[in-house]
Amino acid sequence: MRKEMLLPAAAVALLYLVLALLRQAGVIGIYWGQIVDLALITTIQAVGLSLIYGFAGQFSLGHAAFYGLGAYVAAFITRTQGGTPLTFALALLAGAAVAGIVALIIGLPILRLRSDYLGIATLGFGIIVKVMLDNADKLSPVLGGARGMAGIPRLTTFHWVFWLAVLTILIARNLVNSSHGRSCIAVREDEVAADIMGIDTTQFKTLAFVMGCAMAGLAGGLYAHLYSFLHPSSFDFLKSFDVLLVVVLGGLGSLTGTVVTSIGWVFLLEGLRDVLGQQFLDWRWVVYALILIAVMIARPQGLMGGKELSLDMLLRRRAARGGADHGAA
Amino acid sequence: MEHLLEQTLNGLQLGFVYALIAVGYTMVYGIIKLINFAHGDVFMIGAFVAVFGFTSWGLPWPLAILVAMLACAVLGMGIERLAYRPLRIKGAPRIAALITAIGVSLFIEYFTSLDFVFGSDYRNVPRVLPERRWEIFGVSINNVQVLVLVTVLVLVVFLQLVVYRTKVGKAMRAVSQDMDAARLMGIDVDRIIGFTFALGSALAAAAGALFAMAYPQIHPFMGIMPGLKAFTAAVLGGIGSIPGALLGALVMGQVEVLTAAYLTTDFRDAIAFALLILVLLFRPTGLLGKTAPEKV
Repeated sequence: MRKEMLLPAAAVALLYLVLALLRQAGVIGIYWGQIVDLALITTIQAVGLSLIYGFAGQFSLGHAAFYGLGAYVAAFITRTQGGTPLTFALALLAGAAVAGIVALIIGLPILRLRSDYLGIATLGFGIIVKVMLDNADKLSPVLGGARGMAGIPRLTTFHWVFWLAVLTILIARNLVNSSHGRSCIAVREDEVAADIMGIDTTQFKTLAFVMGCAMAGLAGGLYAHLYSFLHPSSFDFLKSFDVLLVVVLGGLGSLTGTVVTSIGWVFLLEGLRDVLGQQFLDWRWVVYALILIAVMIARPQGLMGGKELSLDMLLRRRAARGGADHGAA
Repeated sequence: MEHLLEQTLNGLQLGFVYALIAVGYTMVYGIIKLINFAHGDVFMIGAFVAVFGFTSWGLPWPLAILVAMLACAVLGMGIERLAYRPLRIKGAPRIAALITAIGVSLFIEYFTSLDFVFGSDYRNVPRVLPERRWEIFGVSINNVQVLVLVTVLVLVVFLQLVVYRTKVGKAMRAVSQDMDAARLMGIDVDRIIGFTFALGSALAAAAGALFAMAYPQIHPFMGIMPGLKAFTAAVLGGIGSIPGALLGALVMGQVEVLTAAYLTTDFRDAIAFALLILVLLFRPTGLLGKTAPEKV
């Protein structure tokens, strides 16, 4: 196990060094630097949904609500308690914890629902949270309500985002490969059969849901301190769809697929801005929708289709077929 | 008391409009188990075509609604043909069709907001009929409300006749019960699915036209919220069931209008969806949904 982990660990460290150096040297400017950060934040959030939907098979259309909860809780703490690295760390933790606890409270009753009914219940929950955020200024004027919350200290840096993303992926990977994760997959494949085999389905559905939502909360905290401004419309149900389609496009039940698609998706949106130019900027979402439809029709099972991408496999393929790469991203 | 009755009437009007959208969702879901997220945008297109009909083209309003219904029937069939049928033929998982539906929805919204199509501005809809009001038992009712209620009733009766009294309706019911068996009995399943989309889209277009008359402002994103509410109504009533969709829509309309009138306008949407979650907790397949025992 140790030995196998060495190569990926080295690759991650190398990636970190290269990216950090490129930013230090100014090759990646402030604008693209923020895009990289956003891509990693999206990754954290999408890995969370990947656990819930990709692995445990629980259809959630309310993921952005937990992202928003985490963002607002974390931002409230740093706004009121001061923006030191320590409060920032605590704020991120609190954001994730609140998202997780709310997920537990709401998840216990509604996870009994099946497939589309669960999707609609979570969608409804997402809209309720959005309405609450719109009216949050009645609770505390700091939260801003429908006018948005401004003046959040910019504490999110590349180092925070990168290592938290790595940590999230590691946690997800270990969970998926553990016996708990296997139970979650069994629930996804056939809930009744899993139940008969003695798996406590409620427990594992709730586990995946709480973990996934806590990850969304963590991502929300990072997002809040990246742009220093929050608005409830950033957490409406369309945002939940965004994460969902990242997870589906990546291939359900594939962590690497989720990671690759999250990053690819954020860069696609920004790339379209560059490619289309100012004149055709209105076309951005039209082109985006067409790409989405075309990709889905061409590869309904998602880009990775439930398989994982690994360094080992890449190297072996490269050696065997002389550089034929996987067509991801 | 009069105030309550008037609000109930407003709720009825809104619920009737939701009902026309909701039956489209529920029919498509009943047949291919797809949440057709683009349905709310078909509703929007229907509103635009009808408004163009009685403003720019100078059609009388019943004709404008008919034109909108025809246009949207074609649009609905087109969407099914181009976006959903390729997936069905491939035997793609249901979630792929759902994501495609979201893609189609985004495409329609953003394409129609381009300047040379409809543009992204809000447009005011001129009055179609000169306003008239009547007092019945102290309750004031206007002619647009009467028009909405009557048109919806006529269309629902028409739908009921199509589904339960015609051959194609029988085929629709057969396909929704068991697609493979229906195919074995010689039913052209693809044609029936296409017809279902056409029928649902035409009703959504009528809903759009009526909505534009009752709440006279239109824009390319106007379909999102009514679409979502109508879909919620369909789930509330038990998705796949047409009476369920009608019941759910009526409940949804009343809850929305009455909470806005008596409780709070800020939390109006939250209360509607909280009700949905609550109902689902006690009846996991909706008010009139079938709870089929699961086969292993």
